[in-house]
Amino acid sequence: MSSRERILGRVRRALADAERDEGPYERAVERGYLREHGGRSTAATVELLAENLADYRAVVHRCTAGELPAVIAGLLAARGARTVLVPPGLPDRWLAVAEAERVPDRSESTPHELDRVDSVVTACAVAVAETGTIVLDGGPDQGRRRITLVPDHHVCVVRVPGQVVSSVPQALERLDPLRPLTWISGPSATSDIELDRVEGVHGPRTLEVVLVSGGDQ
Amino acid sequence: MSGTFVGMPAFPRAAHDAVRDTTLRGNLRHATHTIRAKRAKAVAEVSDWAELREAGKRIKDHTLRHLDRYLEQLEESVTAAGGTVHWAADAEEANRIVADLVKATGETEVVKVKSMATQEIGLNEALEAEGIRAYETDLAELIVQLGKDRPSHILVPAIHRNRGEIRDIFTREMSEWGRPAPDGLTDTPAELAEAARLHLREKFLRAKVGISGANFMVAETGTLVVVESEGNGRMCLTLPETLISVVGIEKIVPTWQDLEVFLQTLPRSSTAERMNPYTSTWTGTTDGDGPAAFHLVLLDNGRTDTLADEVGRQALRCIRCSACLNVCPVYERAGGHAYGSVYPGPIGAILSPQLRGTGSEIDASLPYASSLCGACYEVCPVAIDIPEVLVHLRERVVQGGPATREGNKVVLKPAKGHAAERAAMRAAQWAFTRPGVLRTGQRLASRTRRLHPRTLPGPGRAWSGTRDLPAVPAEPFRDWWQRTHGTGEDGGAK
Ligand code: SF4
Repeated sequence: MSSRERILGRVRRALADAERDEGPYERAVERGYLREHGGRSTAATVELLAENLADYRAVVHRCTAGELPAVIAGLLAARGARTVLVPPGLPDRWLAVAEAERVPDRSESTPHELDRVDSVVTACAVAVAETGTIVLDGGPDQGRRRITLVPDHHVCVVRVPGQVVSSVPQALERLDPLRPLTWISGPSATSDIELDRVEGVHGPRTLEVVLVSGGDQ
Repeated sequence: MSGTFVGMPAFPRAAHDAVRDTTLRGNLRHATHTIRAKRAKAVAEVSDWAELREAGKRIKDHTLRHLDRYLEQLEESVTAAGGTVHWAADAEEANRIVADLVKATGETEVVKVKSMATQEIGLNEALEAEGIRAYETDLAELIVQLGKDRPSHILVPAIHRNRGEIRDIFTREMSEWGRPAPDGLTDTPAELAEAARLHLREKFLRAKVGISGANFMVAETGTLVVVESEGNGRMCLTLPETLISVVGIEKIVPTWQDLEVFLQTLPRSSTAERMNPYTSTWTGTTDGDGPAAFHLVLLDNGRTDTLADEVGRQALRCIRCSACLNVCPVYERAGGHAYGSVYPGPIGAILSPQLRGTGSEIDASLPYASSLCGACYEVCPVAIDIPEVLVHLRERVVQGGPATREGNKVVLKPAKGHAAERAAMRAAQWAFTRPGVLRTGQRLASRTRRLHPRTLPGPGRAWSGTRDLPAVPAEPFRDWWQRTHGTGEDGGAK
């Protein structure tokens, strides 16, 4: 007997006494919880996102679509970034005035090569206001998972209000489980020393989020 | 469950030593009290906590009731997404599967993200025996590994170490394993975190094989979820060419939507955060992004035996948040090592004796490592009635009775008169002679009455035959103890 059969057999014997739910799963579990916490205007939801991002030590910037290239260029310059990783589908104009040398996101790059790049600029798939979370789904304007992991400085652009949802349930509805997802809430941190949160372990130690509004982003 | 903690003394003896270790007690008290207050605040932020908790419980119960179906569905979806599924009936088989997979890559080292399942099966030791070195990359696991130590907490395995001790371990041991600690390392948490970052970086960048567990597996999509803070998880999940995930069969949820419950309750309940810094989800393999090969090892190792117990099976709902440890007055005083298992605290007291059986002294004594105060039940985000299971397991230890071991129905002999019984009684006595422990918890005394209608739980049953005991718990236990044992002084255990 294979272990597969052995385990499934044990499960079935173990459940001999158990009542099986009939009917569709949607009816098997009562979901009395909220889809979002409190009703807010769109503007207030964006405001809450900014607050919660900042609360977990992401650096939040706000600008219009027209200002975005200058803002990104400014952030990279202030960081002293000489090189910046660029996902294949990042809009060209976002980096139009940035001085840092562009490093394309390529499958051939080794982790060691990525480790020598100063910064990375990406878009996101969705942002969650209640938790201060940005979610990347590997889309063309976000690139492979590793490019937002190895460099120490991540600039993430959120198109507001379009990409902002209130809550975790709303975010899951918008996301495709078949894509590899990375949920990011602040820079990397640890609670492992006396259960105190300390920022800055293996992921980017600086996370800057640009909330860009209006126009053709 | 493998003998991870060989030679471990039974709970009372280990707890006794721990209580006398004032550094350990200080470290634990500081850490658990910090997190308790923060957690309460994070939970209070969501007005529908009770509903989320109820839904979490129901989702898990439903899944367990149909576990065979969901396991098959999961296997199908993971396979369809490009992964390979393996089944491991016990620790030995799981270790063998993983070792063979690593060997097939030709590599002799692997990076690991913290996983309870791989600790439970003693994977690192098994790999070491095959000439494969496993590097732990979670900060707390690194501290434990470098310190040649045992984990003492689910979430923060090095919770028993304070910053000064961590500095000393890093300074002394890092050079043995790779990049040495920076000169003049101080004990500020930020510097310690930086030292870990530097030490592990090189290992991440060259790693070809990653090993992980998972917090959740979604049957309908084949998606695995890892919830973490430091980014070491992301490193292990995305940089290597081969990823091997070892996951207990109870980690399944039926649908993608179900994550909306647990991604709200888990971070708040464990690290007291609205959301943990990083959560990764992946479904099989993705072309050009992350590992080209993905293996999922589904682990039984006593879980189906636990599932066979009508009362005890609720322990399989556990999402390993560790909130029950942080509120437990016994854990706070005894420390995690006293539980003799990778699962310490209240959840360990009900899980280890079910996964491993109650044959050994340590496992027989674990159900007694509690004052039944019920604080663990109150904080549990999936509403596991830990006191109920404890009382149930005490009965099993004392009276014996039917149980399932490795898939077979067996009838356990009563522990009466055996070493196990003595260990159990000493554990009970240990908990009961610490009014500091009892005071915290006595409010539950009446709540659990329905669970032990005529006699005292556990020791009551064992003792009432030979000793002159009142019919507890008509009278709250602590009152009885005070009345019959005098002063109620704190026994030095505060
Ligand atoms: S038993 Fe409940 S409180 Fe304890 S770790 Fe498991 S889920 Fe958390």
